[in-house]
This record gives sequence, C-alpha cells and structure tokens, in this order.
Amino acid sequence: MSERTTKQRETDADESTEADASDASPTTVTSGATSTVRALENAGIEVMFGVQGGAIMPVYDALWGSDIDHVMMAHEQGAAHAADAYNVVSGQPGVCLATSGPGATNLVTGIADANMDSDAVVALTGQVPQTMVGSDAFQETDTTGITAPITKNNYFASDADTVGDTVGEAVALAGSGRPGPTLVDLPKDVTNDETDREPGMPQTPETYTPQDEADEAAVDRAAAAIETAERPLLLFGGGVVKAEASEAARSFATGYEIPVVTTMPGIGTMPEDHDLCLSWAGMHGTGYANMAINHTDLLIAVGTRFDDRLTGGIETFAPEADVVHVDIDPAEISKNIHADYPLIGDAGRVLEQLDDAISTAPNAEAWREQCRTWKVEYPMDYAAPDDEPLKPQFVVEALDEATSDEAIVTSGVGQHQMWASQYWTFREPRKWISSHGLGTMGYGLPAAIGARLAADPDEEVVCIDGDGSFLMTVQELSVAVREDLDITVAILNNEYIGMVRQWQDAFFEGRHMAAGYSWIPEFDKLAEAFGARGWRVDDYDEVADAVEEALAYDGPSVIDFHIDPAENVYPMVPSGGANDKFALSEEQL
Amino acid sequence: MSGGLDGPAPEERPTPDGRRNSQGIRIDPEAEAEPEARRVVLSALVKHEPGVLASVSGLFRRRQFNIESLTVGPTTDQDRARITLEIEEPDPGIEQAKKQLQKLVPVIAVTELEPDAIRRELALIKVDGSAPDQVGAVAEMYDGKTVDVSQESVTVEITGSEQKIDAAIETFGRFGIHEIVRTGTAALERGTRRTT
Ligand SMILES: Cc1ncc(C[n+]2csc(CCOP(=O)(O)OP(=O)(O)O)c2C)c(N)n1
Repeated sequence: MSERTTKQRETDADESTEADASDASPTTVTSGATSTVRALENAGIEVMFGVQGGAIMPVYDALWGSDIDHVMMAHEQGAAHAADAYNVVSGQPGVCLATSGPGATNLVTGIADANMDSDAVVALTGQVPQTMVGSDAFQETDTTGITAPITKNNYFASDADTVGDTVGEAVALAGSGRPGPTLVDLPKDVTNDETDREPGMPQTPETYTPQDEADEAAVDRAAAAIETAERPLLLFGGGVVKAEASEAARSFATGYEIPVVTTMPGIGTMPEDHDLCLSWAGMHGTGYANMAINHTDLLIAVGTRFDDRLTGGIETFAPEADVVHVDIDPAEISKNIHADYPLIGDAGRVLEQLDDAISTAPNAEAWREQCRTWKVEYPMDYAAPDDEPLKPQFVVEALDEATSDEAIVTSGVGQHQMWASQYWTFREPRKWISSHGLGTMGYGLPAAIGARLAADPDEEVVCIDGDGSFLMTVQELSVAVREDLDITVAILNNEYIGMVRQWQDAFFEGRHMAAGYSWIPEFDKLAEAFGARGWRVDDYDEVADAVEEALAYDGPSVIDFHIDPAENVYPMVPSGGANDKFALSEEQL
Repeated sequence: MSGGLDGPAPEERPTPDGRRNSQGIRIDPEAEAEPEARRVVLSALVKHEPGVLASVSGLFRRRQFNIESLTVGPTTDQDRARITLEIEEPDPGIEQAKKQLQKLVPVIAVTELEPDAIRRELALIKVDGSAPDQVGAVAEMYDGKTVDVSQESVTVEITGSEQKIDAAIETFGRFGIHEIVRTGTAALERGTRRTT
C-alpha cells in the first residue's frame, strides 16, 4: 500500500533506516536552487510539504539529492496547514513549498492561519523569471504583495548568490521572538542560475531584536500588585506554549496558589484537571473560567493577544481588574486591553523575574474557594439519554479515554471543535492543534498529517472533524494513505454546518439558509475508496468498539459518528457580550 | 434545539460594577470620556528596499489608522530612506501605530516628533494668467515665487507649514485656481535633537 512518492522516501524504504541525521551529507551548492536546499539543511529542516509546478521545479530538482523528506500533498492549502501543525507539535519551523500563481494563492489561507496563531511556517514559492515579472506571464501573481499583510516578513529573492542566506533568514525569523509565517518568492532564473556560494548559518535580520527581559522597575511594580491582590487570576495564552514556558507557568501558579484560566491556544499549559485550573475562557469557554475573568481584581495575562473570542465586549471584560500583561511583542501591549503593568519579554524569563521579585504570595484563599464554588455551580455536564441520538460530547470523552495522555488532537472549525476542546481533558501543551484565530474549516485533516510526522510514534494522532470541515480538505486522505500515516479521523457528523445552524437558531429565527446537507457522502465508504479504513457509528453501544478498532489500525482510519443534529454548544457568550453573562441554553441567549 | 447546561441563569449572577472604554482602559462608569484625537508626525528610518513603502501604507490602511500625509525620500545613507507620516489618532492609537510600524522588519527606528518640530510642505498653485503682477505680489507675501508664466496661467511655488499653504491657497482663490499639487509634510527635530 505505502507506495512512496518521492525519491527520498524510496531511498528510506530501500536502505532501511540506518542513515540518521548526523550522517546526512549536505547538498553541494551549484545553483540558486541547491543553495536554497542547502540553507534549509543548515537550518535543520527535516521534512517539508508541498506540490510541484513549473516555477518551483528547480527547487524540487535540488531536493532529489537532499536528505530532507518531502511529503507531496493533494492541495497547497493542505501543505501549509501540515507545515503549521508540524510546527505546533514539534516547535520546529514547518516548511511548505508551492509553485507560482495558483500554487502560491492556494497557500494563502494556510499562511493567514499561521499568522493569526503566531506559528512558525516558512513558505517557499516559485515565481516567473525576473525578466517576465510584471508582464502578466503564465502563472504570475504578486505573491509578496498578496502575502505582505499575512506574513511576519516576506522576501523576493533576486540573486542566486544570496538566495540561500535569504531562505536561512526566513527560517530563523519565523521561529524567533514572537513566531510567525515568512515567505520567500523564488523567481525561476534565480533558482536556475549558477552559484557556488554556500549560504551561512540561518540568522535573523539585524533590525530584529526582540526583548528577552522585562524592565526591572516594571517587574517590581507588577510584583507588588500581585502580592496585594485579593482575587488574582492567571491567564495563559499560546505565547506560553511558544516560549516553552509551560513549566515556569505551572510552578508560578502552584507556587503562589493563583487560579488559572487559559485561552484556547493556551490549552494544556496547565493540566486541565488541576485543582487551580478553570480551563479555557471566552465565547464557548467554561462558565467558571468566564466568571473568574469578570470578577478578578488582578488579571496576570501571559502570552495572549486578547482576541475578541476571548474578551467578548471590551467594555465588560475583566471590568474590576488591573492587568499585568506579559508579552514578547510590544505591539500587543494595550492593543485591545489596557495594560496597567506592561512587561515586555520572553514569557518564561519574565515569570522568573516576577518570581524573584515577589516576596509573599497573595492572600487569596477566599477567592480560590469562590472559584471552586463556580466549578460546582456551572458544571460541564451534558445529558446523554440512551433514547436520543448520539451526543458528540460522549464521543469526545470516549476518544479521550481510549487514548493515552500523550495523544494529539487536531480539529476543523465549528461545533465539533468546541466540543473537542471542552470535553477532552488536556494535560500537556502542544496536544491541542486547532485553527484558533482564523477559524479555518478544513484545517483538521492536513494538520493531522503534519502532526503525525512531528509526533513520536507512541503518541496517537486523532482528528476530531466536522462533516463540513472534512469535505473542505478531504483529498488529503490520499496523502495519509500513500504515506501510510497512523491517524484516526473522528467525524462528528450532524449533516449540517452546525455552528452556522446554531447561530441561525439563536439569531435568525431558525431559518436554516444554506446550513443543512440534503445529501452527504457516506464517509466510511469514502474512506475505503481512498484506501483508508472506515466505520459508521449511530448508537452509543457501537462507540467503544469502533474507537478501539480504529485506534488499533496501523494506518489512516475514519469513523463517521452520526450525532444528534440538533445538539448545540454551551456555554455561549454572544459576540460582544459580557463573559459572565454566558448562556447555558438557547432560552438564555 | 437541544443541548444546555445547569447553573444559575445570567440574571441570577452577581454583576461587577466596573467598566472599560472602547480602548480597553478601565474608567469610571459615571464619567465616560473617550480620549481625543491628536495630530502627530512620525518619522521612520527604513531600509531602502523595494516593498517597504507598500508595507507601511498597507499597514496603515489595514489597521485603519487615520493617515493625513505620507512622504518618503532618501537619506545621507544610501541604504536607508526616511518615511514621514502625519496621523490623527487618540493616544492609544498613536502608540499602536508606532509599535506596529516598529514591528515591520525593514523598519529600523520610529520616533514621534516634538510638537515644535520643523514641518514643511510644498505646493504648486496654477492660477489664471490675467493678472500676473497681482499674483506675483501675493506670492511674495507668502515668501513664494513665480515658477512658470504663460498666456493663460501663472504657477507659484510656496513652501511652509500646512496652515500657511492653506492660507495661500485661499488667497490665490480670488484669481481663479486652475490646478494645485501639494506634497506631504517633511519634518525634522529642531536644534541638536536627532529625529531618529
Ligand atoms: C473556510 C471557512 N468557511 C466558512 C466558515 C464559517 N463557518 C464557521 S463554522 C462553520 C460550520 C462548520 O461545519 P462543520 O465542519 O460540519 O462543523 P460543525 O459545526 O457541524 O461541528 C462554518 C461554515 C469557516 N469558519 N471557514
């Protein structure tokens, strides 16, 4: 089954797996294209995701002799998402490759997604030769123009001698400071031109100088505020994950006994079953997290950009709180929520600084008790009567139970994404891989592919998908089969683009315009047609067996769970509303 | 529709008293005041390379900063250019604009100029040619000069502050203005203060 598609993978299969990275021989630089590949090797890139095409062919040709693994995707959007998830799971930059024109524009959604979630993704795009740039040549698009607002920085390579350095800079920049996507546009003459100049080791540009340590006086002021707070609350965002600061964050929380809420990308920075953890806050966050946010008198926010899905209405967000804001990006400070104590620096380092500056823990036992009370008052308990259709929450819990603590979960966008993040108990960072800021349907399956290639073999990779989201990138199943990737896709199939239906019920008097599928493929059979294994599950008593079999199968598997099509996601803060006024049912909206 | 969780309803929950304004600043709910917009000049030293101006103007468009004028030109260092921007924003907006500008990788440094910085604009004003002597006299009043004369028209060049140029254009109005062109503001700090 696992017919490999790239030369490199054939070599791996033939010559067993003896060759490890240290034996890798670097590509000899003879052209702009080989210089490009050499720069990626210098940066330690091991795998990349892409689709071939005219303008990028010289780069592909240069990969022929390289030890970098290439995964041929079905669609460039899939390549970008796979690279993105590869980065989130491994912490290493994810690289994707596409040709000019439609190849580059197909990457755009994935680049925008990475930009919103501050993921280190490097995109390399082919471009028409420089002599033809501006002539509306075949497959010419203004790729650097199109991607300027959605990249941390992008580059138009104009010289074979320096293209390798440019690629190295793009990789280094993507992963440093606040990470983000970068792109290098590679005109075909530049990649074809001869050069023997070897690129140096990857370096960030000299104008880029993120600050590591926060100002001492500012730290002291924040420390004093923490010591005297009565209702302190920590808010951990995705920045804590990026900074590898989860350990520091946890010991800060437990050391001073301060309750914790997370953002959605911050899930796993604190174990969700820890007594101090109130899980994630925001539109579909837990009631107790949202109550805590709106009653705290000191919000200590680390590595978050205060997205509107987290804050609800700005006017009513944490209205009693002074805000300590730790972030490596100065532009996030006071962008949406005014920071009374701005601390610019690396999350882990600033938490250490704060720890050194605090002499006594805040006296907050009454507040902790209040938080515990809210947990009891607003439990995440759903009803699952046997005589009703299968509840999605039950499926999520069954998958969580059947997998190890190391399991990685990816998702599409919609109700299933919310149920997955609400009912899966995450204990570690880099396990919940989702499209947070952009909300890109179709993220889940290609993300599972990228995650699989980044994860250890004993970490299960589960994609909890929606029927609508799955249909947006379903073609990537062919890649999972071809590459023989052990992933399990669990579709929570409500035969609706359910999140839209939920909003129609709540805000459009139940008019289900373009929300329901009058016909939908049989996903178990579709999976089989792709060469994967498929199951269909309609009832509670079939769940456990299907989950067990799918997880046991060593290859891509798809379970089509037909769930209650009427089930909605709660709690819900209507957009722009006050977090503590979350609705627990439709009547409360 | 189904789904739903247990717990006290929204109106049964305690409501905090505080409030923020639209800038996310905590305010006294009684005296709700939105900060007033200020007009400032920002000067950015940037790498002299293609695409930088597009990135800067794209940033201001995308983030909806209120941009009054933008000029760009070389500096004594041929690898660097200076972009001068005038914006009108409340203080939090000015801070954001500076930080977002600074965040662009090809931007080397950003400063907000002091209110007393030297600011100059240039305008070319083409007016009807029927009274060239009077046009010349008015030009002199504004320290301007006549740079082109034809049968039908006289063109005058004026440099100065924005207010001075506004005033000049108004005065020339009585001759009948055919066309005008104005540059944005160029500005430098006074005395020994460095601009960036
Ligand atoms: C690319 C894209 N198009 C449209 C949307 C708007 N949207 C948000 S959720 C949603 C429904 C998702 O349906 P499905 O994947 O079946 O998940 P469900 O909500 O039913 O669990 C839609 C259409 C989106 N987020 N992304």
